[in-house]
Amino acid sequence: MSNPSNLKYTASHEWVKTEADGTISIGITQHAQELLGDMVFVETPAVGRKLKAREECAVVESVKAAADVYAPVAGEVTAVNGELDSAPERINDDPYAAWMFKLKPDNAADVAALMDAAGYQAVVDSEAH
Amino acid sequence: MTLKQTSLNEAHRAMDAKMVDFGGWDMPVNYGSQIDEHHQVRNDCGMFDVSHMRVVDIKGKGVRDFLRYLLANNVDKLTTPGKALYSCMLLENGGVIDDLIVYFMEEQWFRIVVNAGTADKDIAWMRRQAAEHAKAHPECYAKSEGGAEGEVSAEAVPPEEEIKRVPNAYLFGDMSQEEAAKLIWKEQDEEGTEKPPLDIADHPELSIIAIQGPHAREKLWEAMPGSKLLTENLAPFSAVVMGTMFIARTGYTGEDGFEVVLPSIAAPYFWKSLADKGVEPCGLGARDTLRLEAGMNLYGQDMDESVNPLESGLAWTVDLKSERDFIGKAALLANPPARKLVGLVLLDRGVLRGHQKVHTAHGEGEITSGSFSPTLNQSIALARVPKEVQTGDEVQVAIRDKMLAAKVVKYPFARNGKGLI
Repeated sequence: MSNPSNLKYTASHEWVKTEADGTISIGITQHAQELLGDMVFVETPAVGRKLKAREECAVVESVKAAADVYAPVAGEVTAVNGELDSAPERINDDPYAAWMFKLKPDNAADVAALMDAAGYQAVVDSEAH
Repeated sequence: MTLKQTSLNEAHRAMDAKMVDFGGWDMPVNYGSQIDEHHQVRNDCGMFDVSHMRVVDIKGKGVRDFLRYLLANNVDKLTTPGKALYSCMLLENGGVIDDLIVYFMEEQWFRIVVNAGTADKDIAWMRRQAAEHAKAHPECYAKSEGGAEGEVSAEAVPPEEEIKRVPNAYLFGDMSQEEAAKLIWKEQDEEGTEKPPLDIADHPELSIIAIQGPHAREKLWEAMPGSKLLTENLAPFSAVVMGTMFIARTGYTGEDGFEVVLPSIAAPYFWKSLADKGVEPCGLGARDTLRLEAGMNLYGQDMDESVNPLESGLAWTVDLKSERDFIGKAALLANPPARKLVGLVLLDRGVLRGHQKVHTAHGEGEITSGSFSPTLNQSIALARVPKEVQTGDEVQVAIRDKMLAAKVVKYPFARNGKGLI
């Protein structure tokens, strides 16, 4: 599965999608879910929480390991995907549909400055060596 | 550092295994979904490459006396050839050097299977202890008059008779006759060399494939019809020799099945024969959740040299009743355990992991192994806690910045396809 070109990415393996209302949805990438394996638990931030860029704000746990998820940019949490509470495996099944939480970014320019799909692929490739 | 490879490395890659560095070995952690593989073993049958584990054969007169002294469990329980015994090997201070399975092959041959990460250390320890034991107790190793009892017994070679009974025992899949011929056991010519009292030889040239699950027996027989005759009446925790193969009804999953030891050159054929009969490959990830559910200790996590077996849920494997002395016995008798190993089930949402702190009404403890249980669909753990903690107690586990509630339970958590909690 390739990384969708309409999304932005972080070096810590989050994907970021800008929604029509200006909020952003955040999830973890195909590469990240593949590394972690079968997901069994997801912890999301409280709605209304204000996050700094790169702040730890969520956790995904697979059978194998726990991994932190970071805020890609500064902003306020506007929604969380409660569906993942009972079905964390959706992250494995379709990582780019399984959003974890939404942020209202403090500054839209921060989102534009994130990596594109090609930039992220270069990060993944460099980790393989 | 170059990772060590088993004879099945190529086969794993061909089956799209996700390979990881497992204690210096390049091993499959899963072939897709670890949870699917887990359920496969609980409900049907799966196979594991565990060739990183090491087979050690100890031969010679005096071997039983030596093992009686070397191991915490008592090899005198082994009277029938092929019978297996689980035991710890202890330091003088009672710390666990390794846990292992010892098989009684015949009076002058015992076979031991040890963990991969500890194999070299184990063998060095065994040789040192054997030399010291021989010095202290020469009577155990003395040759009887006119006999050759001190020599490695010729019986150690698998009897030709058994090979004849199973003429195709060496043939797997598309293996050629020439390759099969290489499998015939050849006793090394050691004539003229002075032998130590015991021959302690490890066999890195052997591979081990575990076939586990409620349908493991039928699948083995389908893949290797010649094995049925020898294994259909094989009791649990017993083994039989079939040519150069060694088939044990043992495992590390809490399910029925076999662990098959065979020459590495034959292992890829055997693996393929099993795969052709629909046996799914399973990685070390599933092996870990299966053994945790089954309440089986993992060396290096649930016990190591810093703790003794009595504080590791392994008192049932330590024979303190017989008169026999063994390495570590005095230390165990002098230090009654202050802690014990218990099972935990997480009541809140989350996942228990090794090294998380456990807060109890009687003091602090620590999780030794924790994961998500696919059978119970909740998180479970083994934890070492103060001995006053009782089944049914509620404890708190520190997970990141939270304290989550867990309940102390009797383990195993699951076996034979079913959850037990």
